[in-house]
Amino acid sequence: MTAGQVLLDAASKAGFYGLMTRSMGPQIRGGEAAALLRISTRPISSLDDHYDLLVAFDWGNINRFAAELPLSADSLVLADPTHGAMPEPIAAYGARAADLALKDIAATIPGGRVNMVGVGAAAALIGLPLDAVLQVVTTQLARKGEAVLAASTAAIKAGAEAAAALPATARLPEHAHDGAPRWNISGNEAAGLGALRGGIKFVAAYPITPATEVLEWLAPALEKTGGVLVQAEDELASINMVIGGSFAGLPSLTATSGPGLALMTESLGLAVASETPLVLVDVMRGGPSTGIPTKSEQSDLNIAVYGLHGDAPHVVVAPTSITDCLFTTQWAVYLAEALQTPALVLSDQAMGQSRIVAPQPQPAPFKAQRLVAEGGLETYQRYALTDSGVSPMAIPGTPGGQYVADGLEHNERGTPSSQASDHQAQMDKRADKLSTFDYGAHWADIEGEGDIAVITWGAVSGPVGEAIERAKAQGMKIRQISLRLLLPASPERMAEALAGVRRILIAEQTHGQQFTKFLRAHYDLPAERVVVNRPGPLPIRPNEILSRLLAWK
Amino acid sequence: MTVQTSLTAQDFKSDVKPIWCPGCGDYAVLSAVTKAMAELGRPREDIAFISGIGCSSRIPAYTNVYGFHGVHGRALAIAAGVKLARPDLTVIAAGGDGDGLSIGGNHFMHACRRNVDMTYIVMDNQVYGMTKGQASPTTAPDWCNSKLTPEGTGISPVEPARLALASGANFIARGFAGNPNEVARLIVEGIHHPGFSFIHVLSPCVTYRPEQREWKNVVHPGEGDPSKAIAEAMQRLSTDDGYTTGVLFAGTRPAFMPARHEKASMAEIEGKFLS
Ligand SMILES: Cc1ncc(C[n+]2csc(CCOP(=O)(O)OP(=O)(O)O)c2C)c(N)n1
Ligand code: SF4
Ligand SMILES: [Mg+2]
Repeated sequence: MTAGQVLLDAASKAGFYGLMTRSMGPQIRGGEAAALLRISTRPISSLDDHYDLLVAFDWGNINRFAAELPLSADSLVLADPTHGAMPEPIAAYGARAADLALKDIAATIPGGRVNMVGVGAAAALIGLPLDAVLQVVTTQLARKGEAVLAASTAAIKAGAEAAAALPATARLPEHAHDGAPRWNISGNEAAGLGALRGGIKFVAAYPITPATEVLEWLAPALEKTGGVLVQAEDELASINMVIGGSFAGLPSLTATSGPGLALMTESLGLAVASETPLVLVDVMRGGPSTGIPTKSEQSDLNIAVYGLHGDAPHVVVAPTSITDCLFTTQWAVYLAEALQTPALVLSDQAMGQSRIVAPQPQPAPFKAQRLVAEGGLETYQRYALTDSGVSPMAIPGTPGGQYVADGLEHNERGTPSSQASDHQAQMDKRADKLSTFDYGAHWADIEGEGDIAVITWGAVSGPVGEAIERAKAQGMKIRQISLRLLLPASPERMAEALAGVRRILIAEQTHGQQFTKFLRAHYDLPAERVVVNRPGPLPIRPNEILSRLLAWK
Repeated sequence: MTVQTSLTAQDFKSDVKPIWCPGCGDYAVLSAVTKAMAELGRPREDIAFISGIGCSSRIPAYTNVYGFHGVHGRALAIAAGVKLARPDLTVIAAGGDGDGLSIGGNHFMHACRRNVDMTYIVMDNQVYGMTKGQASPTTAPDWCNSKLTPEGTGISPVEPARLALASGANFIARGFAGNPNEVARLIVEGIHHPGFSFIHVLSPCVTYRPEQREWKNVVHPGEGDPSKAIAEAMQRLSTDDGYTTGVLFAGTRPAFMPARHEKASMAEIEGKFLS
């Protein structure tokens, strides 16, 4: 991981853009892990079809994740000969191989480590300026003292020298920094920042992979900006603490992953019924049950959309890229507060735990803005029927606004009621406030034109975008629709977006085609369609989409 | 703190008619709670009253403060959220023995140890009233009047005050619905005591446990000094018959409240991402 981080940071220093995802085994510490990088002269939001260079520090447990390291015949595999022959699943790719005596080289340097030798060799091979690498290491290791820094510097240089004797591999072009400010951020950090920018002041949560970094980033950031984060005893507590914090007047958020979301669903219904705004960031991992905690999937869609008991209209949004985790989470804060309802943000491990070097994100205007009841409360009714369906919320401390928030069906005043007319009226209210709201153009990212459309969402939007670019280069015209707003559905906007489209491809990372079924339930789709779907953890690659698109050429 | 007001217990009652059976102990708890609220001298809007689900949990709707009637078992979590978000409010949570000790048992333990400055009233009738008379965690093992457990549960009950002490509650008291003035006094004392205060109220269910009408003959005031060390309280509660009323333990742990600072601008925080 350190090696990957150094290379990504160095690429950024040298003016490139980049993306790094990670593949982690089940071990708590150590064990197999791979840092998967793509470096480019322009902003990217997807991994490529294969890797040009694989530096193997060892072959431990390679069978478990070789499938996540696709190589081509042109790729180069560097490995220390003392680790033995190239294991079968890697050899099967038919890539070129070369020996790099990582251990021996490291041994010539006091305190020298193989990973830094590998960094030096990789940087030299791909044409990443050594200066940039050394600068990054100098900043990163400043705290660790002179000796460590000297050892690392020497190891990197030795690796770079050794690269001269190695076969050539794909190289980065000469490239000057364009001077534009850029950020190095993970999806989980971006979600945390989106929450903060949106105005979140209270967070309660229970740790779970791969969502914990959202919380770990938020804890100090909130504390420094007058907010509070509490570690709850479980997800039942965290969602209810968040409901309490929000009822008390603070924009509130929790973050979790599938198992935690499952525990929270009863209380999400309470937030719907009591019209208590909150944001829930769900960083999806492989399911069901404990599933594959460290790896990505989009399979919480069903529970997020349909998991609440009763008719419980709520908001579900999904970021379309790592950087968009910022925008979408910030938007979710705005929506939850404006609509007084829970807003779920469906991120995933592939976005959450990946880092990107990207242009500095544009600020978005969205802020928590709750309609609150302030004066003239003599006849205050918390759940008053209004044109928008949103009724002013009295915040504790406001004289005359006392009411009892309730998950029991209630009348306009909030008094429990099992009367048919109250149930109908309050159900209409809770549904209408969502369906009549103007979500603007953010409901989806739509690009391109033509009579073919690819509909996708979340992390799969990246490879789809890249596939469409390549198809365009081959003369095809294709439209991309990446949904950001999943609930409520926007049938009119979708009809507009699909105008003139005859064929669609749907791409998603689930086994059961959850997204496809969701689309079919909510939208009129052209009959001619193809679905590209697969469960995690193997990400859908651009060429898989491309080959399906080219069949329509 | 807002200025002293001169509201009466009646001012803290709402006009919503309770769903409780005639004679239910919860009426007296309602009187005690509203009396305690009046004695606090705080305006109605500065009090938040949070509950779960059950007959007893209906109580916030019958008061005139800000309330939350949540889902079964989670009153303490909502209440902690309210207090952590808004330390300026007086936060009271209430509910039944099933709500607080069965489905919400985990939150009870953690509320005791977290020690957020709030007060929790458990209206214990040793039965699930709302669902029409099943055994709760405080029901005796040989109680056979539920169709669900016709032979009794065979499981020994939990004694709420002992559980609270073991879990680290900072203030523990027991009252009896038949003596609402004492209950009111205990609630006020609990609210004034820093940290988490637990008020265990024996509140008869006249419908499913009519024999609890006899409680008036078995409750008795406690002996011993509640402010003594925890070891003494452990000793005392380990032999307690469960009907002792009064303050059972008053600890000295400071209340939990995370610090808040405004020491960084968004620009500083976001600057870390510049690369
Ligand atoms: C998740 C869930 N499970 C079960 C119920 C059904 N239920 C409602 S109240 C209750 C028990 C209430 O007992 P207690 O808390 O002792 O309150 P009481 O009615 O005795 O005052 C149960 C099991 C529910 N509302 N929600
Ligand atoms: S069932 Fe029991 S607890 Fe419920 S209202 Fe009636 S008497 Fe009270
Ligand atoms: Mg009960």
